[in-house]
Amino acid sequence: MGYEMTNNDNVNGLSLANFWVGLIAITLGAVLGVYQVIERVGLFEWLDSPTLYFASVSTHGVLMGFVVTTFMIMGFGYYAATTSLKMPLPGKGLAWFGFYVSLTGTLLAAVPLLLGEASVMYTFYPPLVAHPAFYIGATLLVVGSWFWCFEMIWAMAIWKKAHPGEAVPLVHFGNTANAIMWIFTTLGVASEMLFQLIPWSLGLIETVDVGLARTLFSGTLHAIVYFWLFPAYIAMYTMVPKAIGSKLFSDEMGRIAFIMLLVISVPIGMHHLYLDPFQEAGWKFVHMFGTFLVALPTFLTGFTIIATLELAGRLHGGKGLFGWITALPWKEPLMTAVGCSMMMLTFGGFGGLVNAAYSLDTMVHNTQWITGHFHLIFAGTTIIMYFAIVYHMFPRLLGRTLYSNSLALKQLWLWFVGMLVLTLPWHYLGIIGQPRRISSAPYDSPLVEQWVPYDLGMVAGGIILLISVLMLVFNLYKTHSSEAANLVMEYAESIHPAPRVPALLNGFGFWSVVVIIYLITSYGYPIAQFFIYETFGATTWGV
Amino acid sequence: MHIDQTEKKWIYITLVMTVVMMGVLTFYAVGSNIHPPSGFEPIDSTRLHLSEEFGEDNLGLKKNEDGSLTLTMVAARYGFYPSTVEVPVQTPIKIRIASADVLHGVHVPFTNFATMVVPGYISEVNTTFQKTGDFTLLCNEYCGLGHDHMWSRLKIVPKSSL
Ligand code: HEM
Ligand SMILES: [Cu+2]
Ligand SMILES: [Cu+2]
Repeated sequence: MGYEMTNNDNVNGLSLANFWVGLIAITLGAVLGVYQVIERVGLFEWLDSPTLYFASVSTHGVLMGFVVTTFMIMGFGYYAATTSLKMPLPGKGLAWFGFYVSLTGTLLAAVPLLLGEASVMYTFYPPLVAHPAFYIGATLLVVGSWFWCFEMIWAMAIWKKAHPGEAVPLVHFGNTANAIMWIFTTLGVASEMLFQLIPWSLGLIETVDVGLARTLFSGTLHAIVYFWLFPAYIAMYTMVPKAIGSKLFSDEMGRIAFIMLLVISVPIGMHHLYLDPFQEAGWKFVHMFGTFLVALPTFLTGFTIIATLELAGRLHGGKGLFGWITALPWKEPLMTAVGCSMMMLTFGGFGGLVNAAYSLDTMVHNTQWITGHFHLIFAGTTIIMYFAIVYHMFPRLLGRTLYSNSLALKQLWLWFVGMLVLTLPWHYLGIIGQPRRISSAPYDSPLVEQWVPYDLGMVAGGIILLISVLMLVFNLYKTHSSEAANLVMEYAESIHPAPRVPALLNGFGFWSVVVIIYLITSYGYPIAQFFIYETFGATTWGV
Repeated sequence: MHIDQTEKKWIYITLVMTVVMMGVLTFYAVGSNIHPPSGFEPIDSTRLHLSEEFGEDNLGLKKNEDGSLTLTMVAARYGFYPSTVEVPVQTPIKIRIASADVLHGVHVPFTNFATMVVPGYISEVNTTFQKTGDFTLLCNEYCGLGHDHMWSRLKIVPKSSL
């Protein structure tokens, strides 16, 4: 090998490029978010415009759900791969190519979105139809990310060959698990795009079967949230312990959690169809069982991370049942982020159990509760860890100190507070009946009057969050020209180091076969039924 | 492979929690017959107005031969038809609803009535309304620029007044 890691190395430019696309996207998305909350409460009559509002929500959803995440995940994966495997990224040109494919797709989709020609939401449910450029752009964004998947798998294979029998570093093991999961995850939406939406929007086929389209999309819709969540968990296992002067409680538990996420999270998407006709209750019931299994890796992660934190607190001299919490190094961004993230995961996880419950979901389905839930667990729990990742990686990528650590800490706390102010009222609004995805509330007044005070909460939350995003971007921008420093990227060691682990915990061949079998079992018939029986397609409808 | 003692206990606890949650849900699903609206019933949405079941004259509340009640409705941009319906309280009702155009969703706040309405498929919900009063049916899936305005009224009245 003889390969020494230095700063400004192999993939630094690639990682930074990916990160910056994500950061610009989140800034634009947050501006749109604030516009949306203000428009929706109806404070200013001159602002009311469904045309503008739905173009905005569609753009906000695409930016936050697809652009921010995909690019941040790619940037994280590349830098983590070279720094943990301690080797250059194989086929770097291919990685850049993937980046440009995704970027082209993003820009292509942006044009119809901003012109109001794709106001179909980021879920683009047919038979509402968007301009073909929207579907083609979104597909390219995903295709670009497949290059990243390939890079992760390839790097792992090369490393294993050079280190026979040794355990793949946990951080890269996690990123590869995510890459493989993402390939399975995107099968659903890719088939929907290629065989249904793209030819249909181009006029090559006349109708699409909406039931089939929704079933395919459901296969993507659940696991995509695990694609987003993966880097957050990986950072908790592999970056947080080192940063707070602790050791990881268990390396093997991390591997098991990642494998479980890979295997369990794709074949359960039908919980997104609980309230749809065209699937029988029995299938929904089966998918509900699978959905509850996903709670396991989350419980495991919660335990391992809290145990790791406790260890750090005790090492820092914390005593007693709760004394270790105050003794933790809260001045470290990774610590503050993981603390906030865990708290939001607790609230959000509870909400998730409600959504996953076959019988309870009816009460919250498509209400504002759902918007509250995923902002809390996605924009909150997950994205706050992305922030901590960039705060940790930027100084190392650039060979400079972070412009301001205290600004970073304030930014993270503001994000946490802003998320609670935004999402807790949304949960309650859902329970008292407010539907999601509305630009105004022209319903019967006794119903609507109850909503007003909670609606105001979201305006406050939105403004706090926008301020927080601006602080983030300012800090990172300034880091490009701050003081030079030579910081190395290091990952956590485990209390019980495991230089060798069982082969099943060190590779994905076997697990991929398990996913395929599980997928065929859970989705085979629900998809096949559309071809067995006569169904009726839908023609295109404008918004 | 090393598994810590506390860790082992925690694994058992989480397994038990998960099994208990699944057990409770199974108990309600099987025991009390609580299922989300489901079933594979294709229909041609483009010819909905010509179909017997969803033709204009057939919409609304009907008493079946066996004395049970069926409420038939159509969802179309931007409303639910008939636009006001009256139903008796504390009486089992079968609600059948189909879309004449795009995807819609419906829920009535403070009741158990909710379903997606998907073009090409009939949605069926079986429910019993518990309280009398004026309620709102509202569309809860984005269906176009007029989505906010898609709503109608549901009056739940005492049994005797119907
Ligand atoms: C400045 C902070 C933010 C504000 C004020 C905000 C506000 C909103 C609003 C008002 C909606 C429409 C909700 C509805 O009626 O269904 C929305 C949707 C959404 N937001 Fe945010 N948001 C913010 C940040 C974020 C972040 C950081 C993410 C994720 C990274 C995110 C992801 C989404 C997604 C995926 C949707 C779904 C759009 C849809 O239903 O089609 N948001 N947001
Ligand atoms: Cu899901
Ligand atoms: Cu509608």
